[in-house]
Amino acid sequence: MSKKTIFLAGLWREHPNLRQLLGMCPTLAITTSVRNGFAMGTAVLFVLVFSSFMVALIKRLIPHQVRIAVYTIIIATFVTIADITLKAFFPQISRALGPYVPLIVVNCIILGRAEAFASRNSVGNSVLDALGMSLGFMWGLMAIGAVREILGRGTIFGFRLGIIHFRPWIIMLLPAGAFFALGFVVAFMNFLDRQRRFKT
Amino acid sequence: MKEIFLIFIGAVLVNNFVLSYFLGICPFLGVSNRLESSLGMGMAVTFVMSLAAAITWLFYYLILVRFHIEFLEYVVFILVIASLVQIVEMFIKKYSPPLYQALGIYLPLITTNCAILGLALFMVLRQYNFVQSVIFGFATGLGFMLVLVAMAGIREEMDFSDIPAAFKGAPIVLITAGILALAFMGFSGLISG
Repeated sequence: MSKKTIFLAGLWREHPNLRQLLGMCPTLAITTSVRNGFAMGTAVLFVLVFSSFMVALIKRLIPHQVRIAVYTIIIATFVTIADITLKAFFPQISRALGPYVPLIVVNCIILGRAEAFASRNSVGNSVLDALGMSLGFMWGLMAIGAVREILGRGTIFGFRLGIIHFRPWIIMLLPAGAFFALGFVVAFMNFLDRQRRFKT
Repeated sequence: MKEIFLIFIGAVLVNNFVLSYFLGICPFLGVSNRLESSLGMGMAVTFVMSLAAAITWLFYYLILVRFHIEFLEYVVFILVIASLVQIVEMFIKKYSPPLYQALGIYLPLITTNCAILGLALFMVLRQYNFVQSVIFGFATGLGFMLVLVAMAGIREEMDFSDIPAAFKGAPIVLITAGILALAFMGFSGLISG
């Protein structure tokens, strides 16, 4: 596997939240705006890159039977760091994301990458894989955030779009809208795949 | 008494964990294709949640708060939950084989269920006392079971309908969940504030 394939896997082919449907809680919960999606994506990027790095670094020292517990402690440690940092320097973002920052601990993407990739590959490749996966996760969050923000508020990145005769659909900001938006985005990905398969 | 009743109704119907906080979506998507398995999963989650609420409460207030090490909250909670699930599994296997037959395969899946950690976090955030926490855990589990079983019922019927190819699998389940969430919004007037 070349470095490029490892990095690109997370961005499209094995996209974590839109294709593998991992990490659904944040994907649905905090995507009421593009900015929140970006903030969450950054927090996950930090945790995923550092925990993949750690796991790859000490993989030979961890006894096989307790590996999941060890991974979980590593992840929980970095999540605590991320949470405390957000609370101290970006209180507004911390409030917007609420309990979904600590919930990164149980985000299946992170444990999944630790188990499926970082525990079997070199440190460099693991960091590359973590970067690709978390950037993929981030654009997934931002895409759903964009759909919900445009339809629910008529803005993007907080800027008013000013479409005439458009009344925001409040429903897109409510929980039901999250399910609809994700459902349609995943269906759209499936549709693109099918189109490509017909062509070849 | 009234307060406990409000917590109960709130957790089961009004602020259902799955449909308004999006916690426990993974098992919700994964185990909701058959009615029978969704019942088993629902019962296992209700059981573990009631227990986890009690134990994490004790750990938080008797150890973390007393020694001022609340920043270890996440690490401690996740370890407590993981070991609790493991112990419950071993205990049931030894003392009640029929119950193990019914819940067994769902128990390991629960560790990665974000709803349990979410439960512990909300419990601390809302400063519930011990009794309130246990009721909250039990009610949240019931609410999870209710939505899971409702979803499984719908999905069993959906097997016979003609779904556009791109929507097959996850997308149609998500959209159905959206409609369920809309229906549950009807409960929001039940308690104010």
